[in-house]
Amino acid sequence: MTIRTLTHLQRLEAEAIHILREVVSEAEMPVMLYSVGKDSAVMLHLAKKAFYPAPPPFPLLHVDTTWKFRDMYALRDRAARKAGMQLLVHQNPDAIRQGINPFEHGSLHTDMWKTEGLKQALDLHGFDAAFGGARRDEEKSRAKERIFSFRTTSHRWDPKAQRPELWRVYNARKARGESMRVFPLSNWTELDIWQYIHLENIEIVPLYYAAARPTVIRDGLMLMVDDDRFPLKGEEPVMRSVRFRTLGCYPLTGAVESRATTLPQIIQEMLLTTTSERQGRAIDHDQSASMEKKKQEGYF
Amino acid sequence: MNEIYKTDTLIAEDIDSYLETHQHKTMLRFITCGSVDDGKSTLIGRLLYDSKMIFEDQLATLESDSKRMGTQGENIDFALLVDGLAAEREQGITIDVAYRFFATEKRKFIVADTPGHEQYTRNMVTGASTADLAVILIDARKGVLTQTRRHSYLAHLIGIRHIVLAVNKMDLVGYDRAVFDRIVADYRAFADSIGIVEFTAIPISGLAGDNIATPSAAMAWHDGPTLLAHLETVELDQSADQRKPFRLPVQWVNRPNLDFRGFAGTIAAGQVHPGDEVRVLPSGKTSTVARIVTLEGDQDIAVAGQAVTLCLSDEIDCSRGQVIAAAKSPVEVADQFEATVIWMDEDEMVAGRAYWLKIGTQTVSATVAQPKYQVNVNTMEHLAAKTLDLNAIGVATITTDRDIPFAPYTESRDLGGFILIDKMTNRTVGAGLIHFALRRAQNIHWQATDISRSHHADMKNQQPMVLWMTGLSGSGKSTIANLVEKKLARMNRHTFLLDGDNVRHGLNKDLGFTDADRVENIRRVGEVAKLMTDAGLIVITAFISPFRSEREMVRGMMQPGEFIEIFIDTPLEEAEKRDVKGLYAKARAGQLKNFTGIDSPYEAPEAPQITIDTTRMNAEEAAELIVRTLLP
Repeated sequence: MTIRTLTHLQRLEAEAIHILREVVSEAEMPVMLYSVGKDSAVMLHLAKKAFYPAPPPFPLLHVDTTWKFRDMYALRDRAARKAGMQLLVHQNPDAIRQGINPFEHGSLHTDMWKTEGLKQALDLHGFDAAFGGARRDEEKSRAKERIFSFRTTSHRWDPKAQRPELWRVYNARKARGESMRVFPLSNWTELDIWQYIHLENIEIVPLYYAAARPTVIRDGLMLMVDDDRFPLKGEEPVMRSVRFRTLGCYPLTGAVESRATTLPQIIQEMLLTTTSERQGRAIDHDQSASMEKKKQEGYF
Repeated sequence: MNEIYKTDTLIAEDIDSYLETHQHKTMLRFITCGSVDDGKSTLIGRLLYDSKMIFEDQLATLESDSKRMGTQGENIDFALLVDGLAAEREQGITIDVAYRFFATEKRKFIVADTPGHEQYTRNMVTGASTADLAVILIDARKGVLTQTRRHSYLAHLIGIRHIVLAVNKMDLVGYDRAVFDRIVADYRAFADSIGIVEFTAIPISGLAGDNIATPSAAMAWHDGPTLLAHLETVELDQSADQRKPFRLPVQWVNRPNLDFRGFAGTIAAGQVHPGDEVRVLPSGKTSTVARIVTLEGDQDIAVAGQAVTLCLSDEIDCSRGQVIAAAKSPVEVADQFEATVIWMDEDEMVAGRAYWLKIGTQTVSATVAQPKYQVNVNTMEHLAAKTLDLNAIGVATITTDRDIPFAPYTESRDLGGFILIDKMTNRTVGAGLIHFALRRAQNIHWQATDISRSHHADMKNQQPMVLWMTGLSGSGKSTIANLVEKKLARMNRHTFLLDGDNVRHGLNKDLGFTDADRVENIRRVGEVAKLMTDAGLIVITAFISPFRSEREMVRGMMQPGEFIEIFIDTPLEEAEKRDVKGLYAKARAGQLKNFTGIDSPYEAPEAPQITIDTTRMNAEEAAELIVRTLLP
């Protein structure tokens, strides 16, 4: 008998597929949160594999802030169509009404569009399980997050009430009104994600590749002026060769100067880089344990 | 210079060939076990640091944190890198299982970081369940301690084949070989006694970096590998798993259209090829594998650890929870087992209570008997035990409500490891490891009878049902039940009244009033009531039946809709005031133990079909209401 040794990517892939199938078997109304980033791209690709030749038996949900990059909206619609999946887009009506934006409202922007928006969307459709692309290596508080993360009826995460997870046996039982967030990519690192995208030839937003883009530098972040809603304070946008290591709302996402125009070059840059991924996101800078606080309040 | 740093050149100069080698990396999952003072977090921090998994910004945070709250003076406190949640950073201890990641040229590693305190057996077992290897940390100054034995026992129990004994803080004992040798000898004696056949001992210093990634100059006498070198080369469990007979627990049946039926699941053991003969358990039906279907096209082979979709050449029944196995060596099927149970919940185990048992992809109802013994995890002694509380480990008989395919845990983690879930709270309350079957399914056959239950019911011209009255002692259950039966008799219904006190004089006279005995009391009454409904009767019961779980268990025994829960709702003060039998007075005086409402809980029904408020109506009115509701 010839032993076929599985590579780390094959094992991570199998684990994620197992998790996806387990949720579909046990949840009543699963949904996949789709943020259009590279992790979402990998998660969607794994879902296609898990249920082939059937299309993934759940819809995609984009909790939109209306402030994403234009390239992200384009890929979002195309990716859903290609996968043969229904795409649900939710924009918090209260945030629309109050004109919440990242320039004037600071952390309220994230709270209302993302945290509240997500809760609204889950309640509106009655989803009892939501796949998310979060990874344990992203941030310290996530290192202890379960793969099946249990939420109360008010969507709160209680770090003390998490269920022990043994082997590949996941407890997906819950009472009516309670829900789960499920993270199939828990054990992937940023490098694993990039390698897998490379190996599987997965389409990602062009913003990950370097190109000449109009940018301004504000509060230490290099921001891209993606549309004319960006209020310039006397700054003159400068064309720079930049790319993004992580994607969110364009006014909150810092670019890095780069010449990497191919995936291997991106990986090369990543491996030689000296700062961690989330540094480009304004949200984590508030305080040392800020992500943990956000999670308890229901942020993904 | 660390050899990992040398790869920077390759990355910079030839990224394509770097990626090529890295796509062939394997993965090892391991756990680290040690107490707060053994330097466990420091060791993990050091591994991350040495394999360059720490970025500049993280390092800057680490340096400022080290000065502010570190324990290493001006030096970097690696432990701060891995101590996650805010609460435990304040307490200075890790309180849960955390997973860390790092990689070298050869492998990706996932480290389960588990705390060493006695009360956290649960966490260690959780972390160990997915690990191939365990690093047992020992403080060179202290030697083999009680906790070393506990960690080793648990790692061995959970089936970890590779044990590394990392003797840490060698710098604090002058890198003395004699100290190391003495500790290894002590450990070997202990390891032999619990059945650990081999282990790898490495003298290290997590703080100074000796024998972590690079061989220690100060310990040239050590001729074994460094810790990292050992982790990079140790044999993976997946190779051993592939040599075993094929097993696939079916997770999901893929039926996009009438022409396709695929069985999706993760291969637990062995290899599979198109044309292989397989048997589906527990049905025993055989077929052959027609296709291994993937998005990239059909495959010639799939192996243990892969998540696949199989098509069979025959249209046989096969659903989630069943196991597709090699036809020549199928898995066993049984409904009663001896197993090790690790209790993980604040509420102690209740012997006889029905819990959900999830094994592989199947969830069934199961009961755990009173433990045969409990294991003292510090001394490995067997102790007598009536129950298991949080972090206790015992051996007990498990009975499932149907046949399940399984394998002994020592053969297969996937087919022999299970979790127990509380039916009310949905919490994961325990984990179990199957030893062997106590009663093989093929020996018992359900006796099919010619006169069916519907025939019995038709002859009596009625719909069988169970009117289950629950409520405090003295609430009026027996009185109301008696009146209901009289009314039904007048309507020519065939009934039978099972009364709590009467049953305890006969069928259940061996039972007392502990939680476990109360559970068994209700289980027996449930079984009797079930037989009576099979005979077509309307059964009326009057039992306190204080626990929701057991009332739900009885509901589960009956046909859908036949179990009618009637809550005789009398407030405790009212029942105590009536005190017809003088029992409350005795209980208050301490002469009666485990009395419901006084020193034993009553869990009121959450959604009873009928609620009788006895403060608003008398027994006659209550009985009339019940009869009119059920037989309008």
